[in-house]
Amino acid sequence: MDLVATVVDGILLGGLYALFASGLSLIFGVMRLVNIAHGDLIVLSSFIALVVTDHFGVHPLVSLVLVVPFMALLGYGLQRGIFNRALDSDILRPVLVSFGVSVFLQNALLQTFSADSRRLQAGNLETLHLDLPGGMAVGVLPCLMFMTALVVIGGLQLLLYHTELGRAFRSVSDDQQTAQLMGINNAHLFGLAMALSLAIVSVAGVFLGIRTNFDPSIGPTRMIFACEAIIIGGLGDLWGTLVGGVILGVAQTLGARINPGYQILAGHLVFLTILTLRPQGFFAKVR
Amino acid sequence: MNEALRIERSTRISQFFAAFSLLLLFFLIAAPFYLGRSELYLLVEIFSYLALASLWNLLAGYTGLASIGQQAFVGLGGYSLFALTIFFRMPPILAVLVAGIVAALLAVPTAWVIFRLKGAYFAIGTWVVAEVYRLVFAQVSALGAGSGTSLPTQVVQSIAPTRAARDNLIYWTGLGLVVAVLALIYLILRSRWGLALTAIRDSEPAAESVGVDNYRTKFIIYFLTAGATSSVGALISMQKLRISPEAAFSVNDWTAFVIFIVVIGGIGRMEGPLIGTIVFFLLRGFLADFGPWYFMLLGAVAIIVTLTMPKGIAGWLAEKFDLDLFPLRRRVRLPKQKSNENPSKNPEWPVRI
Repeated sequence: MDLVATVVDGILLGGLYALFASGLSLIFGVMRLVNIAHGDLIVLSSFIALVVTDHFGVHPLVSLVLVVPFMALLGYGLQRGIFNRALDSDILRPVLVSFGVSVFLQNALLQTFSADSRRLQAGNLETLHLDLPGGMAVGVLPCLMFMTALVVIGGLQLLLYHTELGRAFRSVSDDQQTAQLMGINNAHLFGLAMALSLAIVSVAGVFLGIRTNFDPSIGPTRMIFACEAIIIGGLGDLWGTLVGGVILGVAQTLGARINPGYQILAGHLVFLTILTLRPQGFFAKVR
Repeated sequence: MNEALRIERSTRISQFFAAFSLLLLFFLIAAPFYLGRSELYLLVEIFSYLALASLWNLLAGYTGLASIGQQAFVGLGGYSLFALTIFFRMPPILAVLVAGIVAALLAVPTAWVIFRLKGAYFAIGTWVVAEVYRLVFAQVSALGAGSGTSLPTQVVQSIAPTRAARDNLIYWTGLGLVVAVLALIYLILRSRWGLALTAIRDSEPAAESVGVDNYRTKFIIYFLTAGATSSVGALISMQKLRISPEAAFSVNDWTAFVIFIVVIGGIGRMEGPLIGTIVFFLLRGFLADFGPWYFMLLGAVAIIVTLTMPKGIAGWLAEKFDLDLFPLRRRVRLPKQKSNENPSKNPEWPVRI
């Protein structure tokens, strides 16, 4: 029974990882950019939520009303101002530029908020749980995170396959030059994709801040989790990313059950094993 | 009239630079006789960064393998040195070399797994591998687990009995290592291999189409780079006499700084890391006290240089002044012709490889 509870915890944790990953997956799909600063942007949104909750005395989930638009605007600006200039046939430049953004953000956060661990206070949401038959209890917060991941990914799918904006995203993904010939403004569209990505990031950041302590240095590890979920699931498939997140989450909780020191290691090892056995992931669409 | 074309490799500047380097090397070898302890320590640090940056440049600049996980090999080298000297009583200086071999062997399965990833995901994969090594060594209690360990006194004394002799020996090892690394890279780039690497740097499909085996070339470069990086890592840990997973596998110290050096100096050019290392240590000397501001500045400068000056300072010098310190390119010189025959005024045809 204990084992089942661990697996359930892992599955629900996978929801958070899928939230980390879906924004990253979206921009990779649209413009083949792997944003190494993604994790630091997650942490940035946790800190902004902290400022908002402190200042207005609101619940962290309410703070999203301000954090989401702020991060979306930041995303648009970041894309138009920096990332768009780095996107070309060269694979090195986007890596170097987003790595630079990562170092910059981490230290800007360190300078502003110090290295102290922080947490978003979410009242009884932190401890509320549902009693399941068989004496098991499941936290409301993890369930909420998982459902949010389902809603976000479902929403992204709807957007990508049933709206005009989604069609534009898919067309630049297929062929940037042709899309441009058809009258699409790629630079603007990339800006919108990054804005959407960071809107999702801010939801992930708030959940991260409620669930665990955070400090300016934890961003890169979250970005690595997100990339692992994407690669396990297979590039370009959002539901695959959710599956990848769940596999990673379960691997981590099972590892932690053996020895707390093995939590993250177990996740990495499962990732490397899957990479060895099935390098294209489980549901790859993009090669 | 029908003089053949001549291919030249060295220029007057590169000949001057070679003479200057020899002279500098002579002064560096003699440095322990006229420099103090802290200056020697700083020089070993500079040698370490120059070697790490040159190796990363060979890897990322020429083969496009944008690793952000080279700290894996710095850490492996350091831990290998500790394990070899503590458990096998190997003389430390010898262990610096053997550490390179150990890590190069570990690089084979590593490459086999992460070479499945392309481009930026390859970068992430290298980082994951470095994290795995870090987390594994954090569990090895014989080497101090998470909090790390110091080199035992008897091992320290086996380097050399007195502190001054130790400092000198570590210094000469560092100097020898960086000279060996630079010579290795120079010889690789001068060889047929260098042509293949330059072709891959300029265009992977084009390189493949003229018969370069991209995968194999990249694999061998990754392997060599891993080994040499580990030897440098072993040297670093021998200088510090202490090791911990956090410091040995630090992404900031061994990858972020190194990338900064190469990007500023000029990626894909052997002069790049040389210039970048000088800039990096100058900045560090003036600004390191500013803590996070200093790192923000490094990040911002790296972004701006990548966007506006993608070939760095060395690339700018090469384009503006035709300045090559190392005779790596082949220059085609046309025979002297009567005026009017050659529409280009410049007798040196702009063919540069």
